[in-house]
Parts: sequence; structure tokens; C-alpha cells
Amino acid sequence: MAEYTDERVPTVVCDGVDIIYRVNGTGAGRGSATAALNRMLRRQQTEKAAGVRTVHAVKNVSFVAYKGEAVGLIGTNGSGKSTLLKAVAGLLPVENGHIYTDGQPSLLGVNAALMGDLTGEKNVYLGGLAMGMSREEVKERYQDIVEFSGINEKGDFITLPMRTYSSGMGARLRFSIAAAKDHDVLLIDEALATGDRSFQKRSEERIRELRQQAGTVFLVSHNNKSIRDTCERVLWLERGELRMDGPTEEVMEAYEEFTGGADKPKAA
Amino acid sequence: MRKETPGNVTVPADGPDAAHPSPRVKAADVSQVLDTPPPTPVPADDDLAALAARHGLSVSGARPSLPEYVRQLWARRHFIAAFATAKLTAQYSEAKLGQIWQVMTPLLNAAVYYFIFGVLLNTKRGVPDYIPFLVTGVFIWTFTQSSIMAGTRAISGNLGLVRALHFPRAALPISFALQQLQQLLFSMAALVVILLGFGVPVSFSWLLAIPALVLQFTFNTGVALIMARMGAKTPDIAQLMPFVLRTWMYVSGVMWSITRLTKGDHLPHWVTLALETNPAAVYIDLMRFALIDSFHAKQLPPHVWAAATGWALLAGVAGFVYFWKAEEMYGRG
Repeated sequence: MAEYTDERVPTVVCDGVDIIYRVNGTGAGRGSATAALNRMLRRQQTEKAAGVRTVHAVKNVSFVAYKGEAVGLIGTNGSGKSTLLKAVAGLLPVENGHIYTDGQPSLLGVNAALMGDLTGEKNVYLGGLAMGMSREEVKERYQDIVEFSGINEKGDFITLPMRTYSSGMGARLRFSIAAAKDHDVLLIDEALATGDRSFQKRSEERIRELRQQAGTVFLVSHNNKSIRDTCERVLWLERGELRMDGPTEEVMEAYEEFTGGADKPKAA
Repeated sequence: MRKETPGNVTVPADGPDAAHPSPRVKAADVSQVLDTPPPTPVPADDDLAALAARHGLSVSGARPSLPEYVRQLWARRHFIAAFATAKLTAQYSEAKLGQIWQVMTPLLNAAVYYFIFGVLLNTKRGVPDYIPFLVTGVFIWTFTQSSIMAGTRAISGNLGLVRALHFPRAALPISFALQQLQQLLFSMAALVVILLGFGVPVSFSWLLAIPALVLQFTFNTGVALIMARMGAKTPDIAQLMPFVLRTWMYVSGVMWSITRLTKGDHLPHWVTLALETNPAAVYIDLMRFALIDSFHAKQLPPHVWAAATGWALLAGVAGFVYFWKAEEMYGRG
């Protein structure tokens, strides 16, 4: 129990977490009508027979994150990083184990709430409200959000529908809206890789600000540099299992060796 | 578990590592073979649970209590309204005439019904002011129908939103029902034009439309909440609903008069009762009574306001509780 000293306040506790996805319409009948019928009629029977496939995305992961920490999550594609992050945010239920959090962790991102047919201006309001800001708060920060996004640098674009934006412009506005709110526990899923270089610099700065306000930050990224720049601790997930948990440099070196040596023959 | 005193702190063999909370594995120990990840020593389960309890952490994504849920929902009321309005305005944003279609669409709908029932079939069926009667029925029915349809897809069609952001999920079906209410208000504007065009006089009874709409909206929202939970678990229901709703429409007296059918004793009592207490029929007849002067109170089923209020309360409360019961399950899988 030495690691739980009195002054370290845990904000996220993951206790033996398993996450399993269930996918309909796979297996024997490959989504054919007979397979679907099978699935409905034999609901009580084994899931495999009913054409439901399970994907064990996160396997028995335990860790404790403390106040003031910035934790990086690394791992090759499909290793369960984003899934784990969504579970910490309480957006995906866990199969086994528990996740305890201090307050409500929030994923940085509002993409899903925004509508391409609406003007950027209306989307700022909609996104802000969707994140739980009050109308007054959104009004107060509106100017900052628009300025930060730099949408109006090349003309009055904020009053145009978002579907007319270039992909870069859209990404910038989305990040600006998402980053406008302060969070207790902030979860960032590869948000740094948007926009041009000057915008990336600004957003990294904003992430640092958010970190100071937030209790704990989790960052999922494939960009080793931004992990090194922002995090002092790294969790390495591989095939859903926690492979390593330690100080950034130590874990990153092992990870780089691992990914660098990926062309070595390995069993399937 | 109590706070540790220095005396009972056990120091691990490799010494306390204050800078790093719990390095499970040292870098040198990590094997390069992917298939045999090194075993990660994990503290016993009750240790972590106790740690969480000691610092007052709560389970992530747990369902809040009902009063807390209502409070959270109230806090998101501006989002609910903004989302409904956004959906409504986004509908016609690519059309050249833009928002004019909000009124044009119901007017054109009414014109089609007039053409088919008034001109081609000439089926007035002894109903005075048949066109206002028909158009009121169609608009009020459409309000309930599209609220239920939108409710069925409220969660299953917005999984991206559900999986990305935190908000009480009931905000979605309620918001969709609200969007349909806004849509109906445009239709009502068109309806007023039609009523005046067919010489229906303006009267104080038009004010009764407001409580009738409030009750119908509550009923619609409740059913939308129920359908949202069912549709979230079994998306196939969205394929089935159009047939259920069409059947419901034909028994609800949208295009014909229930009172004329049930006149006399040729129908068993329970059929009459079922036809008359059908919530859709109740709300449609209430609106006709409110708006059309030739639709008299004696054409209304008995205890009509009680039935309208009862259905609204039943659906509203039951729907809300039923939806809340599965709050933590939405967005799964």
C-alpha cells in the first residue's frame, strides 16, 4: 500500500476492467435472413450459434490515475486505447470490473453534436450547449472560440453552413468548440493532429492550459512527440492488455523498440 | 480502510517510487514477443475499490437517481430546445425557398388530400366541413406519428452523439418530440388559412387548441421515450413501426367520423369503447371540436378531457420512468 500515500489524490481508478463488443449479423449466415431468424428465435442459446460475435477489446486492465497527472495511452491500432477512454468517460459499459472517477470525465470532442447544414455560429452554440455549458457561458466565450479557430481570418465564414468549410477549417472549429470548456478529468483522443502547423501549435498550448485547470488528462495519440511533450506517465495497451505502465521515457523507449522491430517474424 | 500511519506502511523490495505511481513492469522486463505479454501484477480488487471509496470516487457511467435525472435534464433544457430547432432548420437548408417549405409542405399535403378525398372520391360521408375535418385530422395525426417515428430512431440513429458526449439520454427523444411540435405549429398556421378559406368562423373555442396540444405533446413524448428505449435495443422496430402506425391511423378516424360509425348498436360495446378511447382519436376529435364550429360537443366521446389528460399522464410518466431505467445501457455495443 506504499504507493497510496496521503497527498496523492486519485481521480480515476480502473479496477480489473473488461470491455466486450457484441456485433450482430456476423458468423455463419453472414447477416442472411436465416441467421437473423436464428438469432431472434434462439436468443437464449449461445451467442456464437446466433451469429453474434464478441470482440474482447480491453482485458483486465487496472490502474490508478492521480490529480495533476497527464497520462498518455499508446499502443498499435486496434489495441483498445479509444475503447478504454470511452469506458473511463462512462460512455461504454464495462463487462467486468469497475471504473471509479472523481466527477464526470469528458471526452474532448463535439463532432457528433454539430450539423453541417447549420452555420458555424449556430454550431458553436449547439456544441457548447451539448457539452453542458449554459447559454450565458457560450455567449461569453463565443468571441474567444471564433477567434481561436481562426475561421474568420479569410473572410466571414462563421455565418456560412459548416458543410461549406474545408476539412481543415471544420476540424479547427470543432477543436475550438470542444476546448472551450474546462473539465475535471479530460480525455483527449488524437485531437492534436488537426489543422495546419500554426493551429497545431495553438492547440497544443490550449491543451497545456486545459491540463492546468483539469485534475487529470488522458491523451491517446500515435504521435510520440506530442505524448513526450504533454505526458509524464504512459500506459501501453497491446491487444487489450496493459503491457506497461510507467514514466514516459521508459515506456516510450520500449514501445519504440517494439514498433520499430515490428518487421521481425512473429506468430499470427 | 483507515489512513495509513508510517508504522504500517510496507515498502516494496525495490524501494518506494514516489515519482511514478505504480510501474507494473520495468522496461527491461518487457519481452518482445507479442503473444506472451508479461503478467502484470495488479493490486487485489478490494484494494482498488477501497481506494476509490476512501476518496469518494463514484462509478463512471452509473445511472443517476430519478430526481437527480430530472434535475440534469432540466439543466440541459437549452440544449434540448437548440437541438430541436437546429434539426428543424437544417431540414430545408439546401432548398432555394428555404424555410418557406415549413408552411408549403403541410399546405401541399392538404391540397393532395383535398384532391383525392374531396374531388376524386367526393367522400364527404355526411360530415359537414369535410375538408377542414380531414385536414385537422391529418395534421394532428401526423404530429403523433412523426413523434413516435422520430422517437424510435432517437437513440439508435444518434449513436455517435450518445457515445461522444454526456447528457441525460432522454434529452434526445424529448428533443425530437419538440421538433415535431415546432413543425406542427407551422402546419397549424397553414390550417388556419384553410379554415378561414372554407368559411369556418374564428371563435373563442380556438383557445382550447392550446391545452389539447399540451396534452398531446406530453402523450407523444411519453410514447417516443418508450419507443426510443425499444428501438435502442432492437433497431429492427424502426422497420416495423410504419405498418403499426398506418394501422393505427386507419382506426383513429383521421379520414372518417368515429361517431357516425358507432351510431346505433350494430357494434359490440367494447369496440365502440376502444375506438373512442384510442388516444389518437381523442386528440384529433378534441382539436376538431376546438377549431371547427360544425363539430359539436355531442360528437366527442364521453369524458374526453379526462381521457386526454389520463393518456398524457400515463404515457408521460410511464415513458419517462421506463426510459430512465435503461439510462446506462444506451450506446452499448
